Amino acid sequence: MANAPLMLELNHIRKTFNKGTINEKPALLGVTLKLNPGDFCTVIGGNGAGKSTCLNAIAGVWPVDGGSIIVDGENITGLPEYKRAEFLGRVFQDPMNGTAATMQIDENLALAARRGNRRGLGWGITKQEHEIYHEQLKTLELGLEDRMTQKVGLLSGGQRQALTLLMATLKKPKLLLLDEHTAALDPKTAEKVLHLTDEIVKRDSLTALMVTHNMRDAIRMGNRLIMMNEGRIVYEVSGEEKKHLQVSDLLEKFSDVSHGQFANDRMMLA
Amino acid sequence: MSLLALSPLRLFAAMPGNIAQGIIWGIMAVGVYMTFRLLNFADLTVDGSFTTGGATAVMLITGGVPAWAALLLAFLVGMVTGLATGLLHTKLGIPEILAGILTQIALYSINLRIMGGKANQVVSVDKYHLVVTMRKIPLAILSGGIICFAIICIMYWFFGTEIGSGIRATGCNPNMAKAQGINVGSMKVLTLALSNGLVALAGGLLAQYQGFADINMGRGSIVVGLAAVIIGETLGEAIFGRRLNFMGHLLFVAIGGVIYYIVIGFVLWLKMPANDLKLFTAIVVAIFLAVPYLQAKSRNSFAKAAKKGAE
Repeated sequence: MANAPLMLELNHIRKTFNKGTINEKPALLGVTLKLNPGDFCTVIGGNGAGKSTCLNAIAGVWPVDGGSIIVDGENITGLPEYKRAEFLGRVFQDPMNGTAATMQIDENLALAARRGNRRGLGWGITKQEHEIYHEQLKTLELGLEDRMTQKVGLLSGGQRQALTLLMATLKKPKLLLLDEHTAALDPKTAEKVLHLTDEIVKRDSLTALMVTHNMRDAIRMGNRLIMMNEGRIVYEVSGEEKKHLQVSDLLEKFSDVSHGQFANDRMMLA
Repeated sequence: MSLLALSPLRLFAAMPGNIAQGIIWGIMAVGVYMTFRLLNFADLTVDGSFTTGGATAVMLITGGVPAWAALLLAFLVGMVTGLATGLLHTKLGIPEILAGILTQIALYSINLRIMGGKANQVVSVDKYHLVVTMRKIPLAILSGGIICFAIICIMYWFFGTEIGSGIRATGCNPNMAKAQGINVGSMKVLTLALSNGLVALAGGLLAQYQGFADINMGRGSIVVGLAAVIIGETLGEAIFGRRLNFMGHLLFVAIGGVIYYIVIGFVLWLKMPANDLKLFTAIVVAIFLAVPYLQAKSRNSFAKAAKKGAE
Protein backbone atom coordinates (compact mmCIF):
# COMPACT_ATOMS: atom_id res chain seq x y z
CA MET A 1 0.00 0.00 0.00
CA ALA A 2 3.06 2.24 -0.06
CA ASN A 3 1.96 4.10 -3.16
CA ALA A 4 -1.75 4.28 -2.45
CA PRO A 5 -2.85 7.91 -2.22
CA LEU A 6 -3.84 8.87 1.30
CA MET A 7 -6.98 10.90 1.95
CA LEU A 8 -5.68 12.42 5.18
CA GLU A 9 -2.15 12.72 6.44
CA LEU A 10 -1.39 14.33 9.79
CA ASN A 11 2.34 14.64 10.37
CA HIS A 12 3.48 15.43 13.92
CA ILE A 13 0.78 18.00 14.61
CA ARG A 14 1.56 20.14 17.64
CA LYS A 15 -0.56 22.78 19.37
CA THR A 16 -0.24 24.59 22.67
CA PHE A 17 -2.94 26.99 23.80
CA ASN A 18 -2.14 30.27 25.61
CA LYS A 19 1.56 29.82 25.07
CA GLY A 20 3.75 31.76 27.47
CA THR A 21 0.92 32.50 29.90
CA ILE A 22 -0.02 30.98 33.20
CA ASN A 23 -2.84 29.15 31.40
CA GLU A 24 -0.49 27.44 28.96
CA LYS A 25 -1.98 24.15 27.90
CA PRO A 26 -0.22 21.71 25.60
CA ALA A 27 -3.09 20.14 23.62
CA LEU A 28 -1.51 18.19 20.77
CA LEU A 29 1.97 16.74 21.20
CA GLY A 30 2.88 15.38 17.80
CA VAL A 31 -0.18 13.65 16.35
CA THR A 32 0.48 11.51 13.30
CA LEU A 33 -2.37 9.79 11.51
CA LYS A 34 -2.89 8.49 8.00
CA LEU A 35 -6.30 7.67 6.59
CA ASN A 36 -6.85 5.79 3.33
CA PRO A 37 -9.77 6.72 1.12
CA GLY A 38 -12.91 5.16 2.57
CA ASP A 39 -11.49 4.79 6.08
CA PHE A 40 -14.03 5.50 8.82
CA CYS A 41 -12.02 6.09 11.96
CA THR A 42 -13.53 6.58 15.41
CA VAL A 43 -11.65 8.61 18.03
CA ILE A 44 -11.96 8.00 21.76
CA GLY A 45 -10.21 9.34 24.83
CA GLY A 46 -10.86 11.05 28.15
CA ASN A 47 -11.70 14.70 28.68
CA GLY A 48 -8.86 16.90 27.48
CA ALA A 49 -7.19 14.08 25.55
CA GLY A 50 -7.12 16.23 22.40
CA LYS A 51 -9.87 14.58 20.34
CA SER A 52 -11.83 17.70 19.45
CA THR A 53 -8.63 19.74 19.27
CA CYS A 54 -7.38 17.32 16.66
CA LEU A 55 -10.53 17.78 14.56
CA ASN A 56 -10.34 21.56 14.98
CA ALA A 57 -6.71 21.47 13.81
CA ILE A 58 -7.80 19.72 10.64
CA ALA A 59 -10.72 22.12 10.15
CA GLY A 60 -8.44 25.11 10.62
CA VAL A 61 -10.21 26.79 13.53
CA TRP A 62 -6.72 28.11 14.39
CA PRO A 63 -3.26 27.50 12.90
CA VAL A 64 -1.19 24.64 14.33
CA ASP A 65 2.21 25.26 15.94
CA GLY A 66 3.97 22.54 13.99
CA GLY A 67 3.48 19.64 11.63
CA SER A 68 1.59 19.36 8.39
CA ILE A 69 -1.97 18.53 7.36
CA ILE A 70 -2.37 16.98 3.93
CA VAL A 71 -5.77 16.19 2.43
CA ASP A 72 -5.81 14.08 -0.72
CA GLY A 73 -2.28 15.13 -1.60
CA GLU A 74 -2.83 18.83 -0.99
CA ASN A 75 -1.06 20.53 1.88
CA ILE A 76 -3.72 22.63 3.66
CA THR A 77 -1.69 23.55 6.77
CA GLY A 78 -1.57 27.23 5.74
CA LEU A 79 -5.16 27.63 4.60
CA PRO A 80 -7.71 29.54 6.69
CA GLU A 81 -10.84 27.77 7.90
CA TYR A 82 -13.18 29.02 5.18
CA LYS A 83 -10.84 27.86 2.42
CA ARG A 84 -10.43 24.40 3.90
CA ALA A 85 -14.19 24.05 3.95
CA GLU A 86 -13.96 23.06 0.30
CA PHE A 87 -12.54 19.68 1.36
CA LEU A 88 -14.35 19.13 4.64
CA GLY A 89 -17.82 18.27 5.81
CA ARG A 90 -18.36 19.05 9.49
CA VAL A 91 -20.94 18.19 12.11
CA PHE A 92 -20.52 19.74 15.55
CA GLN A 93 -21.45 18.59 19.03
CA ASP A 94 -23.87 21.47 19.56
CA PRO A 95 -26.85 21.07 17.22
CA MET A 96 -27.18 24.88 17.16
CA ASN A 97 -23.74 25.21 15.64
CA GLY A 98 -24.09 23.57 12.26
CA THR A 99 -27.04 25.45 10.80
CA ALA A 100 -28.29 29.03 10.42
CA ALA A 101 -31.41 29.20 12.61
CA THR A 102 -32.98 32.28 11.05
CA MET A 103 -32.70 30.88 7.53
CA GLN A 104 -34.99 28.36 5.86
CA ILE A 105 -34.19 24.66 5.59
CA ASP A 106 -33.75 24.88 1.82
CA GLU A 107 -31.58 28.00 2.17
CA ASN A 108 -29.28 26.17 4.58
CA LEU A 109 -28.94 23.31 2.11
CA ALA A 110 -28.22 25.74 -0.71
CA LEU A 111 -25.43 27.32 1.35
CA ALA A 112 -23.92 23.88 1.91
CA ALA A 113 -24.26 22.93 -1.76
CA ARG A 114 -22.00 25.87 -2.61
CA ARG A 115 -19.27 24.91 -0.16
CA GLY A 116 -15.96 25.44 -1.93
CA ASN A 117 -17.51 27.32 -4.86
CA ARG A 118 -16.92 30.98 -5.57
CA ARG A 119 -20.04 32.80 -4.46
CA GLY A 120 -21.31 35.39 -6.89
CA LEU A 121 -24.47 37.21 -7.80
CA GLY A 122 -26.31 34.14 -9.06
CA TRP A 123 -29.40 33.10 -7.15
CA GLY A 124 -28.70 31.76 -3.68
CA ILE A 125 -31.09 28.91 -4.45
CA THR A 126 -32.64 27.80 -7.74
CA LYS A 127 -35.86 25.95 -8.62
CA GLN A 128 -34.02 22.80 -9.74
CA GLU A 129 -32.09 22.71 -6.47
CA HIS A 130 -35.36 22.80 -4.60
CA GLU A 131 -36.40 19.49 -6.17
CA ILE A 132 -33.05 17.87 -5.45
CA TYR A 133 -33.23 18.93 -1.80
CA HIS A 134 -36.76 17.60 -1.57
CA GLU A 135 -35.50 14.14 -2.58
CA GLN A 136 -32.44 14.37 -0.32
CA LEU A 137 -34.51 15.37 2.71
CA LYS A 138 -36.81 12.40 2.13
CA THR A 139 -33.88 10.06 2.81
CA LEU A 140 -33.70 11.44 6.37
CA GLU A 141 -37.24 10.15 6.98
CA LEU A 142 -38.02 13.05 9.30
CA GLY A 143 -40.70 14.70 7.17
CA LEU A 144 -38.45 17.74 6.64
CA GLU A 145 -39.14 17.60 2.88
CA ASP A 146 -42.57 19.07 3.59
CA ARG A 147 -41.17 21.88 5.73
CA MET A 148 -38.47 23.17 3.40
CA THR A 149 -39.41 26.84 3.66
CA GLN A 150 -39.56 26.80 7.45
CA LYS A 151 -36.82 28.37 9.51
CA VAL A 152 -34.28 25.89 10.87
CA GLY A 153 -34.73 27.43 14.33
CA LEU A 154 -38.07 25.60 14.56
CA LEU A 155 -36.42 22.17 14.33
CA SER A 156 -35.47 19.94 17.25
CA GLY A 157 -31.84 19.20 18.10
CA GLY A 158 -31.97 15.79 16.44
CA GLN A 159 -33.58 17.19 13.31
CA ARG A 160 -30.97 19.92 13.12
CA GLN A 161 -28.18 17.41 13.55
CA ALA A 162 -29.59 15.21 10.78
CA LEU A 163 -29.90 18.26 8.56
CA THR A 164 -26.31 19.28 9.34
CA LEU A 165 -25.18 15.78 8.42
CA LEU A 166 -26.99 16.06 5.11
CA MET A 167 -25.45 19.51 4.55
CA ALA A 168 -21.96 18.21 5.34
CA THR A 169 -22.29 15.48 2.73
CA LEU A 170 -24.47 17.23 0.14
CA LYS A 171 -21.33 18.04 -1.75
CA LYS A 172 -19.09 15.00 -1.27
CA PRO A 173 -16.34 16.04 1.16
CA LYS A 174 -12.87 14.55 0.98
CA LEU A 175 -13.10 14.16 4.72
CA LEU A 176 -16.11 14.11 7.05
CA LEU A 177 -15.39 15.43 10.56
CA LEU A 178 -17.90 14.38 13.23
CA ASP A 179 -17.19 15.97 16.59
CA GLU A 180 -19.31 14.08 19.14
CA HIS A 181 -22.25 14.86 16.95
CA THR A 182 -24.67 12.71 18.92
CA ALA A 183 -23.51 13.66 22.43
CA ALA A 184 -26.17 16.34 22.92
CA LEU A 185 -29.05 14.15 21.73
CA ASP A 186 -31.34 11.79 23.64
CA PRO A 187 -30.42 8.09 23.24
CA LYS A 188 -33.12 7.31 20.70
CA THR A 189 -32.37 10.30 18.51
CA ALA A 190 -28.64 9.68 18.86
CA GLU A 191 -29.16 6.15 17.60
CA LYS A 192 -31.08 7.43 14.61
CA VAL A 193 -28.43 10.01 13.72
CA LEU A 194 -25.69 7.38 14.09
CA HIS A 195 -27.57 5.01 11.82
CA LEU A 196 -27.93 7.81 9.29
CA THR A 197 -24.23 8.59 9.57
CA ASP A 198 -23.30 4.98 8.86
CA GLU A 199 -25.68 4.86 5.91
CA ILE A 200 -24.36 8.05 4.30
CA VAL A 201 -20.69 7.19 4.87
CA LYS A 202 -21.22 3.78 3.26
CA ARG A 203 -23.39 5.06 0.42
CA ASP A 204 -20.90 7.72 -0.64
CA SER A 205 -17.81 5.74 0.50
CA LEU A 206 -16.66 8.74 2.53
CA THR A 207 -13.50 9.06 4.56
CA ALA A 208 -14.51 10.05 8.06
CA LEU A 209 -13.20 10.87 11.53
CA MET A 210 -15.73 10.52 14.34
CA VAL A 211 -15.02 11.65 17.90
CA THR A 212 -17.22 9.93 20.45
CA HIS A 213 -17.49 9.41 24.17
CA ASN A 214 -19.40 6.21 23.70
CA MET A 215 -17.09 3.19 23.48
CA ARG A 216 -19.75 0.89 22.09
CA ASP A 217 -20.33 3.30 19.23
CA ALA A 218 -16.60 3.62 18.71
CA ILE A 219 -16.28 -0.14 18.35
CA ARG A 220 -19.28 -0.86 16.14
CA MET A 221 -18.89 2.12 13.80
CA GLY A 222 -16.20 2.33 11.13
CA ASN A 223 -13.20 0.21 10.27
CA ARG A 224 -10.57 1.91 12.41
CA LEU A 225 -10.31 3.22 15.95
CA ILE A 226 -7.78 5.43 17.67
CA MET A 227 -7.46 6.27 21.34
CA MET A 228 -5.98 9.57 22.44
CA ASN A 229 -4.50 10.57 25.76
CA GLU A 230 -2.79 13.81 26.75
CA GLY A 231 -2.37 15.04 23.22
CA ARG A 232 -1.11 11.82 21.70
CA ILE A 233 -2.52 8.83 19.87
CA VAL A 234 -1.83 6.01 22.29
CA TYR A 235 -3.62 3.09 20.67
CA GLU A 236 -4.69 2.17 17.17
CA VAL A 237 -6.71 -0.75 15.95
CA SER A 238 -8.33 -1.62 12.64
CA GLY A 239 -9.98 -4.27 10.52
CA GLU A 240 -10.72 -7.73 11.98
CA GLU A 241 -9.04 -6.92 15.24
CA LYS A 242 -11.33 -3.96 15.76
CA LYS A 243 -14.42 -6.04 15.02
CA HIS A 244 -13.61 -8.37 17.89
CA LEU A 245 -12.82 -5.60 20.32
CA GLN A 246 -14.81 -5.47 23.57
CA VAL A 247 -15.61 -2.45 25.70
CA SER A 248 -13.66 -4.15 28.49
CA ASP A 249 -10.56 -4.32 26.26
CA LEU A 250 -10.77 -0.60 25.68
CA LEU A 251 -11.29 0.16 29.36
CA GLU A 252 -8.23 -1.86 30.20
CA LYS A 253 -6.25 -0.04 27.58
CA PHE A 254 -7.52 3.24 28.97
CA SER A 255 -6.40 2.60 32.49
CA ASP A 256 -3.06 1.33 31.17
CA VAL A 257 -2.25 4.54 29.35
CA SER A 258 -3.71 6.88 31.90
CA HIS A 259 -2.22 5.06 34.90
CA GLY A 260 -5.56 4.40 36.50
CA GLN A 261 -6.66 7.99 36.40
CA PHE A 262 -9.20 7.02 33.81
CA ALA A 263 -11.10 4.65 36.07
CA ASN A 264 -13.09 7.66 37.29
CA ASP A 265 -14.65 8.09 33.88
CA ARG A 266 -15.47 4.42 33.64
CA MET A 267 -19.14 4.59 34.40
CA MET A 268 -19.78 7.28 31.87
CA LEU A 269 -17.98 5.47 29.11
CA ALA A 270 -19.28 1.95 29.60
CA MET B 1 -51.77 75.80 27.53
CA SER B 2 -54.93 74.02 26.55
CA LEU B 3 -55.36 71.41 23.86
CA LEU B 4 -57.91 73.68 22.25
CA ALA B 5 -55.15 76.09 21.41
CA LEU B 6 -53.67 73.47 19.08
CA SER B 7 -54.79 73.82 15.53
CA PRO B 8 -55.50 70.53 13.74
CA LEU B 9 -55.08 72.41 10.50
CA ARG B 10 -51.44 73.05 11.25
CA LEU B 11 -50.91 69.39 12.01
CA PHE B 12 -52.31 68.42 8.62
CA ALA B 13 -50.35 71.12 6.88
CA ALA B 14 -47.12 69.74 8.34
CA MET B 15 -47.90 66.11 7.45
CA PRO B 16 -46.69 66.03 3.82
CA GLY B 17 -43.34 67.47 4.86
CA ASN B 18 -43.01 64.90 7.61
CA ILE B 19 -43.81 62.13 5.14
CA ALA B 20 -41.19 63.36 2.67
CA GLN B 21 -38.52 63.51 5.39
CA GLY B 22 -39.71 60.18 6.73
CA ILE B 23 -39.12 58.52 3.37
CA ILE B 24 -35.55 59.82 3.29
CA TRP B 25 -34.97 58.49 6.80
CA GLY B 26 -36.63 55.28 5.67
CA ILE B 27 -33.83 54.79 3.13
CA MET B 28 -31.35 55.39 5.91
CA ALA B 29 -33.20 52.87 8.10
CA VAL B 30 -33.02 50.22 5.39
CA GLY B 31 -29.24 50.69 5.47
CA VAL B 32 -29.23 50.29 9.25
CA TYR B 33 -31.43 47.18 8.92
CA MET B 34 -28.71 45.61 6.79
CA THR B 35 -26.10 45.72 9.54
CA PHE B 36 -28.31 45.64 12.64
CA ARG B 37 -30.61 42.80 11.63
CA LEU B 38 -28.97 40.86 8.78
CA LEU B 39 -25.34 41.07 9.89
CA ASN B 40 -26.12 41.34 13.62
CA PHE B 41 -23.65 44.22 13.89
CA ALA B 42 -24.50 47.43 15.78
CA ASP B 43 -22.76 49.92 13.50
CA LEU B 44 -22.28 53.41 14.91
CA THR B 45 -20.47 54.67 11.81
CA VAL B 46 -23.78 55.95 10.46
CA ASP B 47 -23.85 59.09 12.63
CA GLY B 48 -20.76 60.16 10.69
CA SER B 49 -21.48 58.69 7.29
CA PHE B 50 -24.93 60.30 7.09
CA THR B 51 -23.28 63.71 7.34
CA THR B 52 -20.53 62.60 4.95
CA GLY B 53 -23.22 61.86 2.38
CA GLY B 54 -24.88 65.23 2.89
CA ALA B 55 -21.59 67.13 2.77
CA THR B 56 -20.34 65.26 -0.30
CA ALA B 57 -23.59 65.78 -2.21
CA VAL B 58 -23.82 69.51 -1.42
CA MET B 59 -20.18 70.24 -2.27
CA LEU B 60 -20.41 68.31 -5.54
CA ILE B 61 -23.67 69.96 -6.59
CA THR B 62 -22.38 73.46 -5.83
CA GLY B 63 -19.24 72.43 -7.72
CA GLY B 64 -21.32 71.80 -10.83
CA VAL B 65 -21.98 68.05 -10.65
CA PRO B 66 -25.58 67.02 -11.49
CA ALA B 67 -27.58 66.23 -8.36
CA TRP B 68 -28.23 62.58 -9.29
CA ALA B 69 -24.53 61.97 -9.96
CA ALA B 70 -23.68 63.67 -6.67
CA LEU B 71 -25.99 61.19 -4.93
CA LEU B 72 -24.23 58.22 -6.54
CA LEU B 73 -20.85 59.62 -5.51
CA ALA B 74 -22.16 60.19 -1.99
CA PHE B 75 -23.11 56.50 -1.98
CA LEU B 76 -19.55 55.53 -2.99
CA VAL B 77 -17.94 57.80 -0.40
CA GLY B 78 -20.30 56.33 2.18
CA MET B 79 -19.09 52.87 1.18
CA VAL B 80 -15.54 53.94 1.97
CA THR B 81 -16.57 54.96 5.50
CA GLY B 82 -18.15 51.52 6.02
CA LEU B 83 -15.02 49.93 4.61
CA ALA B 84 -12.97 51.78 7.25
CA THR B 85 -15.12 50.43 10.09
CA GLY B 86 -15.07 46.97 8.55
CA LEU B 87 -11.29 46.88 8.30
CA LEU B 88 -10.84 48.26 11.83
CA HIS B 89 -13.02 45.41 13.05
CA THR B 90 -11.91 42.47 10.90
CA LYS B 91 -8.24 43.27 10.26
CA LEU B 92 -7.28 45.07 13.47
CA GLY B 93 -9.55 43.19 15.87
CA ILE B 94 -11.29 46.26 17.27
CA PRO B 95 -14.70 45.44 18.80
CA GLU B 96 -17.60 46.39 16.54
CA ILE B 97 -19.09 49.23 18.59
CA LEU B 98 -15.68 50.81 19.12
CA ALA B 99 -14.71 50.42 15.45
CA GLY B 100 -17.89 52.31 14.49
CA ILE B 101 -17.27 55.04 17.06
CA LEU B 102 -13.68 55.52 15.87
CA THR B 103 -14.76 55.97 12.26
CA GLN B 104 -17.59 58.24 13.35
CA ILE B 105 -15.23 60.52 15.28
CA ALA B 106 -12.71 60.56 12.45
CA LEU B 107 -15.51 61.47 10.05
CA TYR B 108 -16.33 64.60 12.07
CA SER B 109 -12.99 66.08 10.98
CA ILE B 110 -13.25 64.66 7.50
CA ASN B 111 -16.76 66.03 7.04
CA LEU B 112 -15.54 69.50 8.03
CA ARG B 113 -12.79 69.19 5.46
CA ILE B 114 -15.29 68.12 2.80
CA MET B 115 -17.32 71.22 3.59
CA GLY B 116 -14.26 73.42 3.26
CA GLY B 117 -13.84 73.94 6.97
CA LYS B 118 -17.36 75.32 7.46
CA ALA B 119 -19.98 73.83 9.77
CA ASN B 120 -22.64 74.16 7.10
CA GLN B 121 -22.96 74.64 3.38
CA VAL B 122 -26.02 75.80 1.48
CA VAL B 123 -27.30 74.35 -1.76
CA SER B 124 -30.10 76.52 -3.11
CA VAL B 125 -32.85 75.03 -5.20
CA ASP B 126 -33.01 78.37 -7.04
CA LYS B 127 -29.54 77.86 -8.41
CA TYR B 128 -29.33 74.09 -8.87
CA HIS B 129 -31.53 71.34 -10.11
CA LEU B 130 -32.08 69.09 -7.07
CA VAL B 131 -33.50 65.57 -6.80
CA VAL B 132 -35.73 66.48 -3.84
CA THR B 133 -36.58 69.78 -2.17
CA MET B 134 -38.93 70.95 0.56
CA ARG B 135 -40.19 73.65 -1.79
CA LYS B 136 -41.97 71.00 -3.82
CA ILE B 137 -43.08 68.51 -1.21
CA PRO B 138 -45.46 66.36 -3.31
CA LEU B 139 -42.72 65.91 -5.89
CA ALA B 140 -40.22 65.14 -3.12
CA ILE B 141 -42.54 62.42 -1.78
CA LEU B 142 -42.85 60.97 -5.29
CA SER B 143 -39.12 61.00 -6.15
CA GLY B 144 -38.12 59.93 -2.63
CA GLY B 145 -40.67 57.12 -2.75
CA ILE B 146 -39.43 55.89 -6.14
CA ILE B 147 -35.78 55.94 -5.03
CA CYS B 148 -36.66 54.18 -1.78
CA PHE B 149 -38.69 51.50 -3.57
CA ALA B 150 -35.94 50.93 -6.15
CA ILE B 151 -33.37 50.49 -3.36
CA ILE B 152 -35.64 48.01 -1.56
CA CYS B 153 -36.07 46.00 -4.77
CA ILE B 154 -32.31 45.89 -5.35
CA MET B 155 -31.75 44.82 -1.74
CA TYR B 156 -34.41 42.12 -2.05
CA TRP B 157 -32.62 40.77 -5.09
CA PHE B 158 -29.14 41.11 -3.58
CA PHE B 159 -29.92 39.23 -0.37
CA GLY B 160 -31.33 36.38 -2.46
CA THR B 161 -28.04 35.92 -4.30
CA GLU B 162 -25.21 33.63 -3.24
CA ILE B 163 -23.28 36.51 -1.71
CA GLY B 164 -26.41 37.85 -0.02
CA SER B 165 -27.16 34.42 1.46
CA GLY B 166 -23.56 34.29 2.64
CA ILE B 167 -24.05 37.59 4.47
CA ARG B 168 -27.23 36.35 6.13
CA ALA B 169 -25.50 33.14 7.22
CA THR B 170 -22.58 35.19 8.60
CA GLY B 171 -24.96 37.33 10.64
CA CYS B 172 -26.86 34.33 11.94
CA ASN B 173 -24.09 31.83 12.68
CA PRO B 174 -20.48 32.71 11.80
CA ASN B 175 -19.21 29.24 12.73
CA MET B 176 -21.62 27.61 10.34
CA ALA B 177 -20.75 30.16 7.67
CA LYS B 178 -17.04 29.37 7.94
CA ALA B 179 -17.73 25.65 7.81
CA GLN B 180 -19.61 26.26 4.55
CA GLY B 181 -16.61 28.06 3.10
CA ILE B 182 -17.87 31.62 3.56
CA ASN B 183 -15.25 34.28 4.21
CA VAL B 184 -16.90 35.84 7.24
CA GLY B 185 -14.53 38.82 7.38
CA SER B 186 -15.13 39.97 3.82
CA MET B 187 -18.88 39.49 4.20
CA LYS B 188 -18.83 41.87 7.18
CA VAL B 189 -16.74 44.46 5.36
CA LEU B 190 -18.94 44.29 2.28
CA THR B 191 -22.15 44.68 4.27
CA LEU B 192 -20.78 47.60 6.28
CA ALA B 193 -19.72 49.30 3.05
CA LEU B 194 -23.12 48.82 1.39
CA SER B 195 -25.00 49.87 4.51
CA ASN B 196 -23.03 53.07 4.94
CA GLY B 197 -23.34 53.74 1.24
CA LEU B 198 -27.12 53.78 1.64
CA VAL B 199 -26.89 55.90 4.77
CA ALA B 200 -24.72 58.45 2.95
CA LEU B 201 -27.14 58.46 0.03
CA ALA B 202 -29.95 59.24 2.45
CA GLY B 203 -27.77 62.00 3.91
CA GLY B 204 -27.29 63.39 0.40
CA LEU B 205 -31.04 63.38 -0.14
CA LEU B 206 -31.78 65.09 3.18
CA ALA B 207 -29.22 67.81 2.48
CA GLN B 208 -30.91 68.53 -0.86
CA TYR B 209 -34.36 68.39 0.70
CA GLN B 210 -33.53 70.92 3.42
CA GLY B 211 -31.23 72.93 1.17
CA PHE B 212 -28.06 72.62 3.22
CA ALA B 213 -25.59 70.21 4.78
CA ASP B 214 -24.70 70.65 8.41
CA ILE B 215 -21.87 69.10 10.42
CA ASN B 216 -24.40 67.90 13.00
CA MET B 217 -27.07 66.62 10.63
CA GLY B 218 -26.11 63.00 11.32
CA ARG B 219 -25.96 63.24 15.09
CA GLY B 220 -28.22 60.62 16.59
CA SER B 221 -29.14 59.20 13.20
CA ILE B 222 -28.33 55.66 14.39
CA VAL B 223 -31.12 56.03 16.94
CA VAL B 224 -33.55 57.36 14.33
CA GLY B 225 -32.59 54.45 12.06
CA LEU B 226 -33.10 51.93 14.85
CA ALA B 227 -36.40 53.56 15.75
CA ALA B 228 -37.56 53.15 12.16
CA VAL B 229 -36.39 49.51 12.00
CA ILE B 230 -38.09 48.61 15.25
CA ILE B 231 -41.31 50.55 14.70
CA GLY B 232 -41.61 49.19 11.16
CA GLU B 233 -40.96 45.58 12.13
CA THR B 234 -43.27 45.70 15.12
CA LEU B 235 -46.05 47.12 12.98
CA GLY B 236 -45.41 44.69 10.11
CA GLU B 237 -45.39 41.69 12.39
CA ALA B 238 -48.53 42.89 14.14
CA ILE B 239 -50.35 43.05 10.81
CA PHE B 240 -48.89 40.09 8.92
CA GLY B 241 -47.38 37.95 11.67
CA ARG B 242 -45.26 35.07 10.39
CA ARG B 243 -46.32 35.75 6.81
CA LEU B 244 -44.17 38.89 6.75
CA ASN B 245 -41.48 37.92 4.25
CA PHE B 246 -38.18 39.64 3.56
CA MET B 247 -39.68 42.12 1.09
CA GLY B 248 -42.31 42.94 3.70
CA HIS B 249 -39.64 43.52 6.30
CA LEU B 250 -37.78 45.96 4.07
CA LEU B 251 -40.95 47.84 3.13
CA PHE B 252 -42.05 48.11 6.74
CA VAL B 253 -38.63 49.36 7.83
CA ALA B 254 -38.97 52.19 5.32
CA ILE B 255 -42.56 52.77 6.47
CA GLY B 256 -41.16 52.84 10.01
CA GLY B 257 -39.13 55.89 9.00
CA VAL B 258 -42.27 57.63 7.78
CA ILE B 259 -44.21 56.75 10.91
CA TYR B 260 -41.37 58.01 13.05
CA TYR B 261 -41.51 61.40 11.35
CA ILE B 262 -45.28 61.55 11.58
CA VAL B 263 -44.97 60.93 15.32
CA ILE B 264 -42.29 63.60 15.54
CA GLY B 265 -44.57 66.00 13.69
CA PHE B 266 -47.32 65.14 16.12
CA VAL B 267 -45.30 65.74 19.28
CA LEU B 268 -43.94 68.99 17.84
CA TRP B 269 -47.50 69.99 17.14
CA LEU B 270 -48.23 69.23 20.80
CA LYS B 271 -45.66 71.96 21.45
CA MET B 272 -42.94 69.70 22.75
CA PRO B 273 -39.73 71.78 22.67
CA ALA B 274 -37.62 70.71 19.66
CA ASN B 275 -34.59 70.41 21.95
CA ASP B 276 -36.25 67.51 23.74
CA LEU B 277 -36.74 65.50 20.54
CA LYS B 278 -33.63 63.38 20.97
CA LEU B 279 -34.60 62.48 24.51
CA PHE B 280 -38.04 61.55 23.24
CA THR B 281 -36.56 59.40 20.45
CA ALA B 282 -34.20 57.61 22.82
CA ILE B 283 -37.07 56.79 25.16
CA VAL B 284 -39.24 55.50 22.31
CA VAL B 285 -36.44 53.26 21.01
CA ALA B 286 -35.63 51.99 24.51
CA ILE B 287 -39.29 51.07 25.02
CA PHE B 288 -39.57 49.28 21.68
CA LEU B 289 -36.31 47.39 22.31
CA ALA B 290 -37.39 46.40 25.82
CA VAL B 291 -40.92 45.21 25.00
CA PRO B 292 -39.99 41.88 23.32
CA TYR B 293 -37.57 41.14 26.15
CA LEU B 294 -40.09 41.91 28.86
CA GLN B 295 -42.80 39.94 27.06
CA ALA B 296 -40.56 36.87 26.89
CA LYS B 297 -39.64 37.35 30.51
CA SER B 298 -43.20 37.57 31.73
CA ARG B 299 -44.06 34.41 29.80
CA ASN B 300 -41.10 32.68 31.33
CA SER B 301 -40.50 34.11 34.78
CA PHE B 302 -39.36 32.63 38.07
CA ALA B 303 -42.22 34.34 39.89
CA LYS B 304 -44.68 32.64 37.57
CA ALA B 305 -42.94 29.30 38.02
CA ALA B 306 -43.15 29.68 41.81
CA LYS B 307 -46.86 30.48 41.58
CA LYS B 308 -47.52 27.50 39.32
CA GLY B 309 -45.51 25.24 41.60
CA ALA B 310 -47.57 26.34 44.60
CA GLU B 311 -50.87 25.50 42.94
